[in-house]
Amino acid sequence: MDCPGLCEALVQGGANPGLAQFLSLFVGVVLVSGIPLVTVIVLILVERKVAARIQDRIGPNRVGPFGSLQTFADLLKLLTKEDITPTAADRLLYNAAPLVSFASVVLIWAVIPYTPYHFGADLEIGALYFVAVASLGTLAIMTAGWASNNKYALLGAFRVVALLVSYEIPLVFALMVPIMLAGTLNMLDIIYAQSSMWFVFMAPLAMLLFAISSQAETGRAPFDLIEAESELVAGFNIEYSGMKFGMFFAAEFMHVFTNAILLTIFFFGGWLGPLWNEPLIAFAWLGLKASLIYFVFLWVRNTVPRLRIDQVMRFNWFFLVPVSIGNLLLTALLLKLMQELGLAPRVLQTATLGEVLPMTLVLLLANLGIIALILGRLRTTGRSERLATGGGAGSMAVAAGD
Amino acid sequence: MEILNQWAFIGIFAVMAPIFPALPILIAWVLRPSKPNVLKSQTYECGVETVGDTWVQFRVQYYIYGLVFLVFDVEMVLLFPWAVAYNRLDFFAFAAGLLFIFLLFDGLLYAWRKGVLVWR
Repeated sequence: MDCPGLCEALVQGGANPGLAQFLSLFVGVVLVSGIPLVTVIVLILVERKVAARIQDRIGPNRVGPFGSLQTFADLLKLLTKEDITPTAADRLLYNAAPLVSFASVVLIWAVIPYTPYHFGADLEIGALYFVAVASLGTLAIMTAGWASNNKYALLGAFRVVALLVSYEIPLVFALMVPIMLAGTLNMLDIIYAQSSMWFVFMAPLAMLLFAISSQAETGRAPFDLIEAESELVAGFNIEYSGMKFGMFFAAEFMHVFTNAILLTIFFFGGWLGPLWNEPLIAFAWLGLKASLIYFVFLWVRNTVPRLRIDQVMRFNWFFLVPVSIGNLLLTALLLKLMQELGLAPRVLQTATLGEVLPMTLVLLLANLGIIALILGRLRTTGRSERLATGGGAGSMAVAAGD
Repeated sequence: MEILNQWAFIGIFAVMAPIFPALPILIAWVLRPSKPNVLKSQTYECGVETVGDTWVQFRVQYYIYGLVFLVFDVEMVLLFPWAVAYNRLDFFAFAAGLLFIFLLFDGLLYAWRKGVLVWR
């Protein structure tokens, strides 16, 4: 029986092997799931500070040095808030929804490799597991909206589910590109496949598509129809108060950072960097890259105005979906052609930089070509639309919405 | 055994994951005041009294989005093995993938031409 580390020590201490294995797994679970719980406390403060700076404010600065204890103050406030459950609500589902929402994000962290040696579970189908678990969040939102028995909540939930379900398609098609390049669904192997070249250089378009759709999956601006404060009051969580609301809130914050980490793993080489064989340095690389991407997510959120629901859906179905499918097919074609010609290695995990360089250049040029084509097309259609509606100011005001 | 161990981890994780958010809610349940009254626990719809039932039939539009999504979701599940094995296959794999995606892509084109993807 495979039983290293803590498990081995327990068996030597006289414990039943089965029990020892369970206990060591249990400790692992608590450690792995503890990481997101600690991160989210920091994230809330970071998010508020960054948002404040972008909006030319100072942000929380009263509780503790530089407002660093603000989150704990908020937590205490949420703990002592009265929790109102409307009489009309379906109590069981109403109470279950925040748990599912939070759990759907925590569950993703089970397959994230923090360092080459530290990870929760090394699943052969890690990427597929991520897709499966992440869509549980949609279920939680629908449950919350339905169980609240409130028309605003239900309307908000309908819209959000339509949005999340639609954006899952470009998300997964974009994810398919690194999977195809690496030839595996295993998270560790996907990272090792990038040891000579990060996938962002081979598939920048897939990276952009993945980033845009994951921003939509978290329900952040410019896709924050979840909240749409001016139209739906607060969307699906309108009837929630106290700690149950806090759980939805924390889940959203955590989801953004989780997406930043996944983007790092799939496209930016995870913990790869100089000296990544040292666990602490590897962990620092992952954290650094994910934090930078997280900052970009926050930047977009605080800069871009919210789109209307019809614009968001049009953007997805008539733009992201065709582009992501075309991108997948083009990458597949070029990859296969180069492999048949012997210009590209079939196994990236053991390939050297020299072997990978020609395919990187071809794929990069092809991606940049598509991006240039799309941008050119957008410019001409945008110009003709502006001319049709009579001046640029009008259409801009419509896009800004509320 | 190794694979089983990894999935045992996921199993314990799945049980533990809802317990983490449940803990603060339980602590709050002990600490918080609870003084419900009829007015307070009414459904909040901007202060106006609720008219009619919320749980009614909803627009068919959402259902159509769901259907189109389902088509692509099944497609993606079938494409995952294709993508994983892609590097080990010969050029025919690309043709097969192209054909498969094309079959579903013209489903998207059909929905597009029918105008069901436009939000109304």
